[in-house]
Amino acid sequence: MTRASASSPVSGWFGYRINPVGLFGLAVVVFWAVVALLAPRFIPHSVGEIVDTDYFGPISRELWFGSDYLGRDMFSRIMMGARYTVGISLVAVILAGFSGIVLGMIAAVSGGWVDTILSRFLDALNSIPSKLFGLVVVAAVGSSIPVLIVTLSIIYTPGAFRFARALSVNINAMDFIVVARIRGESLLYLIRAEILPNILGPVLADLGLRFVFIVLLLSGLSFLGLGVQPPYADWGALVRENIGGLPFAAPAVILPSLAIASLTISVNLLIDNLPRKIRDRSSGS
Amino acid sequence: MSALVKIRDLRVEATTDIGRRVEIIKGVSLDIAGGEVVALIGESGSGKTTIAMTLLGYARPGLKISGGAVLVDGVDMVTLPENKRARLRGAKVAYVPQSAAAAFNPAMTIMDQVIEVTRIHNLMSPADARAKAVNLFKALSLPEPEQIGARYPHQVSGGQLQRLAAAMALIGDPKVVIFDEPTTALDVTTQVEVLRAFKAVTRKQGVACVYVSHDLAVVAQIADRIVVLRGGEVQESGTIREILEAPRHPYTRELLGAFTPKIHAHAPQSDAAGRQPLLLVEQLTAGYGPGGRHVKAVEAISLRVERGSNLGIIGESGCGKSTLARAIAGILAGYDGNITFNGRELGRTIKNRTRDELRQIQIVFQHADTALNPAKSVEEILGRPLTFYHGMKGKARDARVDELLDLVHLPRAVRHRLPGELSGGQKQRVNFARALAAEPTLILCDEITSALDTVVAAAVIDLLKELQRELSLSYIFISHDLSVVEAICDEIIVMYRGRKVEEITPAHVKAPEHPYTQLLFSSVPKLDPNWLDTLRQDPDQVRAYALR
Repeated sequence: MTRASASSPVSGWFGYRINPVGLFGLAVVVFWAVVALLAPRFIPHSVGEIVDTDYFGPISRELWFGSDYLGRDMFSRIMMGARYTVGISLVAVILAGFSGIVLGMIAAVSGGWVDTILSRFLDALNSIPSKLFGLVVVAAVGSSIPVLIVTLSIIYTPGAFRFARALSVNINAMDFIVVARIRGESLLYLIRAEILPNILGPVLADLGLRFVFIVLLLSGLSFLGLGVQPPYADWGALVRENIGGLPFAAPAVILPSLAIASLTISVNLLIDNLPRKIRDRSSGS
Repeated sequence: MSALVKIRDLRVEATTDIGRRVEIIKGVSLDIAGGEVVALIGESGSGKTTIAMTLLGYARPGLKISGGAVLVDGVDMVTLPENKRARLRGAKVAYVPQSAAAAFNPAMTIMDQVIEVTRIHNLMSPADARAKAVNLFKALSLPEPEQIGARYPHQVSGGQLQRLAAAMALIGDPKVVIFDEPTTALDVTTQVEVLRAFKAVTRKQGVACVYVSHDLAVVAQIADRIVVLRGGEVQESGTIREILEAPRHPYTRELLGAFTPKIHAHAPQSDAAGRQPLLLVEQLTAGYGPGGRHVKAVEAISLRVERGSNLGIIGESGCGKSTLARAIAGILAGYDGNITFNGRELGRTIKNRTRDELRQIQIVFQHADTALNPAKSVEEILGRPLTFYHGMKGKARDARVDELLDLVHLPRAVRHRLPGELSGGQKQRVNFARALAAEPTLILCDEITSALDTVVAAAVIDLLKELQRELSLSYIFISHDLSVVEAICDEIIVMYRGRKVEEITPAHVKAPEHPYTQLLFSSVPKLDPNWLDTLRQDPDQVRAYALR
């Protein structure tokens, strides 16, 4: 078999193998992130400005994405909506992920009553239907961006906790944790240096999924009128306020839906195709 | 008569994750006659299991048979389509796995699983198959052959399950049976009985066997011919007598050399009676369950370790030797009795011990795979105890890591590697170097050579001896393998079911007094091919002590 040397290795960068599908996902995610950051600089019209005499206007040279139910520019509204959808979801997923993972690792390493109390409390939280919880909190406290972020992160903490705890319990049973314990290491060192590096891969993949759920829940809340308040709107709110345009196939209702779909699908593609470290080092150096 | 199995220029290759192809088996040829037992022997990674699997036309995921022919009874398993291969598996070629416990389905009765092959291949009626299975159970000297089939896998012992796996393989009257390290996971006293049963039943049925093992002494009992493998190539092959008496290849000699027992030169006892022992354990009782009193794993054990000398603890699985080590290390919370270290009583748990006490007693675990954090480089693994106990940082720490790697004879370049990128022997050395980094006075070695190949294990033992001379360490060496303990210890404790049954010195190993010790020592296989046939064990002893 002389092909051994002839077969060309799959391209690798810095010892990682990168999948083109993952690269596509990353490109779309980066695109939306850049849009969210720079939107105020390039939108042609203000979000609240009525620029069209017609409502549910079609795509035209002046109005790239048509106009909405009041004749406002959809292009500007979607670009600005990215700020809310991406920003709120990102902060919420980071908060939920951080608290869930830290608590999960603490529960797994401590065991005993700490584990029992944490697990039962978060299980109880998990048993409340997420949309209902969001509705109740937002209806009671009123809708503002901090309230939305905190609510969303509370809803998604128990899931991250469960996932991180399940992974950590397996790692915690390994001999190297016993070795670290009898060295006299503290709880903080155990979770930071011994457990976290071993659960990081699956946990990041899980956070990617959770990000998608948060985007969808936020859009759902906005659709119900409890999310971002007018005249500002995230993508979910854009779909809701323009739902009347559905019979006319107005771009005002289709395009924000496509924006939601593109972000959630790309995040999924990205986390399913994260760069993988190439283990075969013997061919190099 | 022409050979039943003909392997010609077999090549198997693996594809790595960047698409590079690596040849695992590099052109192996061998013949097996009908009814012959051929042993494939070699260290892990030598390709012995891979070759055996090709007889089934099977290559593990990631592997591919890339060339050559494997003729089983005239049929080439390499070119045969998968559906035709499936028809031969179990009927013509059968397989006995290393771990029968993992190979049985816990949710089905044993009988249903044993006769499954006959059902799949439509060989006979279920009633006939059951009758045949019972006959096989009898031939394999299983207890209660009529009833054992109705039990579930967890209701029989490990040795019995291994024999049941053999019954499962033999029920379809195969021409070739592959035994993949079938006794490696068993205790020595159990192994004797299982080997006897295998030998008797394969002789009687006249099937050809491929016996995969790394244990030369076991192979010597059962095989007609030995094939020595290394790096996917046949190094040497011949009859048992040829290999044992006149090995030609250097690797075979090394393999045999690792087998000759080395008796430990007794450490000069400098008037031990008057001095304080390093470790004194008095009446230690420990167990599991609420408060450690539900199941007693260790009962009233007393022992002492002198400074600079070694204590061996020997016993079979479940005798409590690891529990004892864990109690000494402070991992086990609840125990009764006293542990005095350097004249000071130790706290019962880690929290009650000072950092210095923790530093002085280090434990090295059996499985280096799980004892090293797979996400950290060797440098970080060795550096942590240096920072933690000695406050070393930066250059001083780097220099010390280099020194430690030198001490355990590892190249300095491995410091940047992850544990997964090291071989088994290298991992165990890193594992050991981490214990040394703490600069301990006592190291508890829990079966540290059991997972290693004979040659590698011998090298690790030599290393331990060398380090002891240089660093004046003491070891507590826990093992089920007498030859290993003999090679390094000044004193040996034999444990059975949580109790100490005898305390002996290596000089008196030949004449143990306690019946369990006698049984244990006589069960260790010897290189003599007639050992198993001539072995006479007192049946009362066997009944009383062997956990079958």
